[in-house]
Amino acid sequence: MAKESFDQKVIDLWPLASLGGMVRGWVNQLGAITIFLFRALLMIFHPKQFPMMIQQVYYIGATSTTIVMLVALFTGMVLGLQLHHALAKFGSQGVLGTTIALSLVREMGPVLTAIMITARAGSSMATEVGIQRISEQIDALSTMHIDPVRYLVSPRLAASIISFPLLTAVFDLIGMVGGYITGVVLLGLNAGTYLHGIQSGLELEDITSGFVKAVVFSIIVSTICCFQGYFTHMRKDGYGAKAVGLSTTSAVVLSCVVILIADYVVTSFLL
Amino acid sequence: MENNALIEMKDVTKRLGGRTILDHVSLKIYQGQVTTIIGKSGTGKSVLLKHIIGLLRPDEGTILFNGKPIDKMIRREWDQYTSRISYMFQNNALFDSLTVFENVALPLQQTTRLGKREIERRVMARIEQTELAEVTRRHPSELSGGMQKRVALARALVTDPEIVLFDEPTTGQDVIRRNAILSMIAQYQKKLGFTAILISHEIPDVFFISNRIIIIDDGQIIFQGTPEELENFDHPFVDEFIQSLEGLQEHLTGLHSKRNFKVRYQSTLSRKHPHEKFIAATFSIDDLDVLGQNLGHRMTQQVIKALGEYINKHFGSVGGFSTRLGRDRFVTVLPFSDIAEAEHILKDFVDDLREHGLAAIGQDVQMPADSCFEFNISAGLAEGTSADEIESIIASAESQRKTIAQFQCPMRG
Repeated sequence: MAKESFDQKVIDLWPLASLGGMVRGWVNQLGAITIFLFRALLMIFHPKQFPMMIQQVYYIGATSTTIVMLVALFTGMVLGLQLHHALAKFGSQGVLGTTIALSLVREMGPVLTAIMITARAGSSMATEVGIQRISEQIDALSTMHIDPVRYLVSPRLAASIISFPLLTAVFDLIGMVGGYITGVVLLGLNAGTYLHGIQSGLELEDITSGFVKAVVFSIIVSTICCFQGYFTHMRKDGYGAKAVGLSTTSAVVLSCVVILIADYVVTSFLL
Repeated sequence: MENNALIEMKDVTKRLGGRTILDHVSLKIYQGQVTTIIGKSGTGKSVLLKHIIGLLRPDEGTILFNGKPIDKMIRREWDQYTSRISYMFQNNALFDSLTVFENVALPLQQTTRLGKREIERRVMARIEQTELAEVTRRHPSELSGGMQKRVALARALVTDPEIVLFDEPTTGQDVIRRNAILSMIAQYQKKLGFTAILISHEIPDVFFISNRIIIIDDGQIIFQGTPEELENFDHPFVDEFIQSLEGLQEHLTGLHSKRNFKVRYQSTLSRKHPHEKFIAATFSIDDLDVLGQNLGHRMTQQVIKALGEYINKHFGSVGGFSTRLGRDRFVTVLPFSDIAEAEHILKDFVDDLREHGLAAIGQDVQMPADSCFEFNISAGLAEGTSADEIESIIASAESQRKTIAQFQCPMRG
């Protein structure tokens, strides 16, 4: 008791101690999320996972295709418009195809796809798991001798690892079509120049690095979203439905921020 | 027996949010018994059950399973321990994105290597026993609260567990269904031999199926013993809480509650001369569990209800008063009748019950064309005086028991 009140005084009087407490909290959180991720990864290969994994691939992957295609199309079109305008200043419109392809495949494809899936499927992962937590469904799984991480998290993680690269590929392809529409159809660039630019500018390494990013982002999004939902009941800023809402918000915001940070880190390793 | 507790809690204390929920709780659960935990809302009953299944860990104290502390178990032992237990949650904890069938099948699909057909067979058996066959493809949100309870019950029993924890399994059910669920638990418990730990407020119905009662108040155990021992337990909690729940009448049959019956017995017979005789009649339904299996638990409760109502109707009109002694037993005291008159009333009662009471039930029963069932109702009469103990007169009447009515399936006529 005396020690507790001493600690309290230290925190109140010494801002650095407060900062230290926060950092310690973050480190604890990071440790917890890492353990959570490894538990989920280890259980991906459980024999009962396959049907649930297929369901999640359908939900995270297949049903996100339309929105990803729509975003990709307009991203490609805007890129085509902006880059054509910029390149025209140097008389280099001929490299439009290469520039669009490299921007999409190396950078914008993986990042925007991950952010789109976070908004669409990641938020629902956090909400679904969060509701299952507050309605004791996760406790029920434990009492039925079913590991909740294995049943709820592993299939989502596996499905994300499968879906993100595929959707990224779709994004890249449709983005290039968008660039074609603006550059060739609307602004009159030669179609052969555009397509040749893509073919000659892109190397296998570029495509691989884009997929590496997609896999990294898939792990980040599914882990953060499931983690936030899974530990909804531990939140100190809300209970019940409010806690589920806060968990969903945290899951989306945190995922987006970590995607951008991870993008920089992975890019610096890959370049 | 005192040394062979299957589960034992020793000085278990649990604090949640700065409040002491369990305060040095010590209790014993014995194998193959039905133990009922009674207590007011918020006194830690569910928390206590969650400690047994390992969803919560005590701040102080130990929980022993077969003499071994569960917190000292290695992973394999812990898995073995938890795989023997099933838990029915107070709020059901059903998976709202799964259908009724998928909810009940989930533990079998995820934890066993059974084939699809075998899982379907077991699940459908439980679904039919809980009278949910009509709603197998519906989702929990499309069902009434009572139906959701039955889905949770079916899921808890589908793995044939050795220990089942029921957290208020009858809440939100009508009186027939409530008794049907308790009857189902009692029947499965006898048939499968599992150890049942039950939280219930259905007094006295739950007493009929319980071997032991544990009362928890303000996080402390104030009583543990048999239902009979509870009758003689003198504590303000019994007066305030249990008697208020028990009421003056038994909910299902409308007969006097046991306590009210005793009061009536003492007040009526205290006015009689010590050697003046009266009659006690006992009634029972033979092989109630077999009947429950054949007829369904809901219809079985209708039979019990009809029997209780007919007893009340015939014997109440001549100054008799009755109570339910157990799941399948009733007693009536006829303070102003002799044996000849009692036999005459009994004959009228039998004719009326056979002609109207059971016939009406027979018309309601939906049985497959190729199956059949029958059941007997027995009765016994005994003379006593106010100087005798009521228990000995009842025992004497039960020893005179003979079949008075036989219900046969419509096929046999």
